[in-house]
Parts: sequence; C-alpha cells; structure tokens
Amino acid sequence: MNADAGELAIDVRGLHKHFGDKHVVNDVSLQVRRGEIFGFLGPNGSGKTTSIRMMCGLLTPDAGSGTCMGYDIVRQADEIKRHVGYMTQKFSYWEDLTIRENLDFVARIYEMPERRALVDRTLEELGLASRAEQLTGSLSGGWKQRLALAACLLHQPKLLLLDEPTAGVDPTARRDFWEELHTLAARGISVLVSTHYMDEAERCHKLAYIAYGRLLAQGTAAEVIARQNLSTWTIEGDDLMALSQRLRGQPGVDQTVAFGAALHVSGRDGAQLETTLRDAVAGSSLRLAPADTSLEDVFIYMMGRSADNFGAQS
Amino acid sequence: MKWRGFSVARWWSVVLKEFLQLRRDRITFGMIIGLPIVQLALFGFAINTDPKHMPTALVIADHSEFSRSYVAAMKNSEYFDIIGELPSEEAGRAALARGEVQFVLNVPAGFTRDLLRGDKPALLVEADATDPMATGMALSAVAQLGQYVARRDLTGPLATLRGGEPPFEVRVHRLYNPEGNAQFNTVPGLMGVILTMTMVMMTGLAMTRERERGTMENLLATPVRPIEVMTGKIVPYVAIGLIQASIILLAAYFVFQVPFAGSLIAIYLAALLFIAATLTVGITLSSLAQNQLQAMQLTMFYFLPNILLSGFMFPFRGMPQWAQYIGNVLPLTHFNRLIRGILLKGSGWADLWPSIWPLLLFPVVVMGIALRFYRRTLD
Repeated sequence: MNADAGELAIDVRGLHKHFGDKHVVNDVSLQVRRGEIFGFLGPNGSGKTTSIRMMCGLLTPDAGSGTCMGYDIVRQADEIKRHVGYMTQKFSYWEDLTIRENLDFVARIYEMPERRALVDRTLEELGLASRAEQLTGSLSGGWKQRLALAACLLHQPKLLLLDEPTAGVDPTARRDFWEELHTLAARGISVLVSTHYMDEAERCHKLAYIAYGRLLAQGTAAEVIARQNLSTWTIEGDDLMALSQRLRGQPGVDQTVAFGAALHVSGRDGAQLETTLRDAVAGSSLRLAPADTSLEDVFIYMMGRSADNFGAQS
Repeated sequence: MKWRGFSVARWWSVVLKEFLQLRRDRITFGMIIGLPIVQLALFGFAINTDPKHMPTALVIADHSEFSRSYVAAMKNSEYFDIIGELPSEEAGRAALARGEVQFVLNVPAGFTRDLLRGDKPALLVEADATDPMATGMALSAVAQLGQYVARRDLTGPLATLRGGEPPFEVRVHRLYNPEGNAQFNTVPGLMGVILTMTMVMMTGLAMTRERERGTMENLLATPVRPIEVMTGKIVPYVAIGLIQASIILLAAYFVFQVPFAGSLIAIYLAALLFIAATLTVGITLSSLAQNQLQAMQLTMFYFLPNILLSGFMFPFRGMPQWAQYIGNVLPLTHFNRLIRGILLKGSGWADLWPSIWPLLLFPVVVMGIALRFYRRTLD
C-alpha cells in the first residue's frame, strides 16, 4: 500500500466520460474516507456504474484524475485491481463451477498464499460451507450475492466497490448483507456501495447522489437533507390523488409524493407552504401534520430539479 | 388484412424487426455480402482439377538433339514447367521428397546411342504421386509425348525407326503412392481439416462466452493478464486436439491402411505445432467477435479457404499464383504437406523444414494480433 495514501480511500476529481455523444459522467468528484461506508445513489442510467468502473480501472476517464487506495486510477490500474474488491452489478461468477471452484479460481488468480485454508475459512465465515459443492448456476439470488461478496473479499482488499449488490435480493438477505458491511467497516475496510434502496442509504456513513451524470449532493444523510432546506407536511384522509393534483403548482408547493396512505408535500418556502396547505384542508376531513423531511423526499426533489436543468440536454 | 387469423400487419412487424436487427449485426451483414464473393472467386478462379505448369526438374546424362526435343515437347504440353537441371538421380529424388518439384525427367547415359542402335532405351519420369489427382493427367500426357517426338524427329535415314512400335519407352514411376490410391492422400489431409474445424470453433467460443455471460468484467477486474487468459484458455484444447489426432491416425492405419512411412514422433510434433497455430486463430476470432453467433460465422469464414486452398480437396499446384500465395499463409496447407510427407514419403526434418517454420511463425503473429484486440478495459 502507498504510504502517502493518507486518510482517503477514494479521492477522484472532475471525472468525465462520454459514450458516443452521450455525456454519461459529468464532472464527478468523490472523497471516501478510510473505514467509511459510502452510499452512491441515483436512478438507473445516471452514471453510477460508469463512475465505479472508472474508479477501479475498468474504464479510462475522458478527463479528470484521482486515486484509489493511493494508486492513480489511470496509470496504476493493475495495483488498484490487486488492492480493491469490485462486485459487478450483474452476477459475474462462473455458473458452471461450484461455489468452492469459483473461490478457488479467484484465490489462484490473486496468487493468495495458503489458498486451500483461505477458501475453507471464507466459506465458513460467509456461511457457504454447506453449499460449497453446489453449482453456482442453481443458487438463488441471495446466495449468489453472498458468493460474490466472498469472492471479492478473498484477496483481502482494503476497499470494496459494490455496484448495486442487493438488487433482486430479499429483505432478510439484504439485512444480513448490511450487517456484514458494517462488520467490515469496523475492521477498517472502506466501502463504496451503489443502491436504489432508501433504507440502505440511511445505513451509510456518507452519501452521494448522482443524476444525469452529475453529482447533486454529497455528505451525511443529515447534511444532504438540511442542504436542500425543504419543509415537509403529511396529509392523511380520502381522495389524496385528487388533492395532489390540485396542490401542484400552488404557491409554496414544490413537490407532492404519495407514500401509502399519506401524501408528502414539500417546499422550500416553509411559511408559504403552510398557508397553502392550511387553506387546502380547511373545512375538510383531511388531517395535516408537519413532518421531518426524509432522504426520499430530498432525492425525489433533486431528481425533479435536475431533470428540469440537465434532463433535456443530455 | 386478415386471413384465417393471419395478420399481415403483425407479420410485417416481424419482417421489419428482423431487418432492423440484421442491419445492426455488422458481421452477419458482411458475411452475407462477403461469402458469395469469396466462394465465387475460389471455386471459379482458384480451383482447377486439371493442374498444369507443375515444377519439373531434369536429370540429363545424355545431352542430344533428341533429349532437347523431348523436353521442348514437355513444355509445349503445358503440364510441365522446367525449373532446372539437377546433377544426379539422387538429387532428383531429394527434390521430390522436399516437394520442390512434382516430376523429374531422367535421360540415362547413352540414350541416343541405344536409340540409334534400335535397342529401345527407356526415359524415366518420376512423379510425386501423393496426390493422384495432381499427377494423373500429366502422366498420361507423358506417354503420348514419346510417340509425337519420335514421329517428328526421326527423319532421313532414321525414318525406319519410326515404324509401328515406338523406338523408346517412357517409364513412369509413381513415387510414394504407386497405386494412385486417393485415400492415402485424403485421409491424412482430413486430419488437418477436422482439427481446423473443431479447434477454431471451440476456442472461437471461449472468449465470447465470457463476454456474453458477463464474466468478462470480472476477469478484467482481477490482475490476470491478457496473455495469461488467452494461452490459459488454449491449453485444454491442445489435449483435446491430440486425442482427435490419435483417433484419426488409428483409423488411417487400421481402416484405410495408409502407409506410415515416417516416425510417429514426427507426426505428433507436426500435429502439436498445427494445433497450437489453429488455436491461436480461434482465440483471435473470439476476441474480435461480439457474440457467439459471430464467432461461429467467423469460424466458417476461416474454414472455407482452408478447405479449398490448402491442397486438401484440390491440387495446390493447379491454383493460380495469387491463390497459392493465400494458401501458403494458411497453417492447414503446411500441415497437409507435413503429414503427407511424413506418412507417405517418410520425409526427415530437413525435408520438412520449409513447412515447419511457417507453422512456428504463424501462431506468434496471430497471437500478437489477438493481444492487440484484447481490451483490458471496458471502453
């Protein structure tokens, strides 16, 4: 490991990537501290995967520079591959090999000493021992994901790049997975994890939100929420869809989102929003209450604004 | 428009979709245009089952008006290109063994004297008959040339020799395959053809399979180097290739009774070289193709000239110069020469060398191309 790598596991600045005339990643800068779980959020096609691939040397950025574990992402891709664990979005281990054979192959590729013992230990630690001889192709999504995590931890990396590791995995397996991530982080391993799930976002130490290739926010969950300066109210009652239609475009109302039985209404101008909402519910059976702005409210708000600003041109 | 549940609109939507997909699949599109052109060129221009202008050496111990006249007649027949004169019968045999010439004409010492005495001397034409198709027509021409030369040259007082029986004999020696057994030529040739087909196809799929299943990204994310991936993928197929070669050799020996004039070690070394060369082609096609279907198409595209231009199906010397140039680039051409040389002629290393070095050079060049096209990133 580089001695001067310092505090930051990932430090990239001004990353750009074009595919044809599409600007897929536009000026992305990220700093991930050691031992931190960093959540990378954004809708499909927003440039998450491309950004991660640039960080681990699988894609060459068109512009920008940076380091991963102290190694230059353009010139030292080989070193990064040796010291970083990367879990691809699509399951990418060999389905016609058993779990043990897959792990054994990976251990050989990384030239790990005491390979047999290492594979056995890994199988044990991740609870895969009972299925070690099963063909990978016949595993369910949760088991495949466990194998993928085990395989990318095998060479004992200090940084994990996980690209939507929990997509298509059931809630219990997801919870176990996040327990595992926190255990790893406690051992000093840094984790960059991309996800769609808000509950997962809230379990990260820090977050970044990307849309249309641009980074819209970065910081702790509380910082990200506070920076948008939104006030939020919930309304409960009947026929909320009609109410939602009516509220849109009214003074102070920037966004209405249906959450099950409740309608979340948010806006930047808190005072104006409150007046509008009080008028709207007056004389009806609707119940109005102030609420904490959630991450989800904030992300939907940022998405909407970025679509207005950059969506059309990209 | 509907007819018994058949909707033209629905049908047309399928037609349009197929056209759109076809247009995006560049390689398939290229094949559609390229294959007929290549086939026409090969079958139409390159293939000739009555080969002419075959290299012929002379061993003339008795220079005379008469031998010059016979040689001139050979040239005029267009079957023979005289490439030079060799000092002895042994030198002629060696040239045949190396495959440098197809025929050697021997004019024995005292030929003219014996002819004039009316002793009916013999001219000897030795032929490399490994491929009966290549030599058949030329050899039947040889005998008639004798008649013709005799009639023209024996004039004046010698005209008496012209009578019914020809005054001299033309003896033909079919070397290496005296009975002109076509199987002796075809069965060893099949070995290379079968190996080409299976080796290229199996490795052709090797890289595209990784790409299609998404495991390529995983490989790229590890420290493994391109040369390690490519050569590593080839090794199991070397073993498979040697098993195939053994099966064909067993069949050649026991079923087709092909003579095994050379050493078994030489056969296996030649097979090993050829398998290595062919596998590098497969892995290169594999790194060029985007998916498994394209890899299969490229395999077929590679297979075609191999079958037609390697001397397997049609006589190599019957092809025009340009086709011979292409043929000489293909490993199958050299392997055919090697395997026929070892099995039928019992050739030694010195005789085989002209076909060995191309098989050594070929995989190095092709592997270089493959590594250039192997992308270490996903760009």
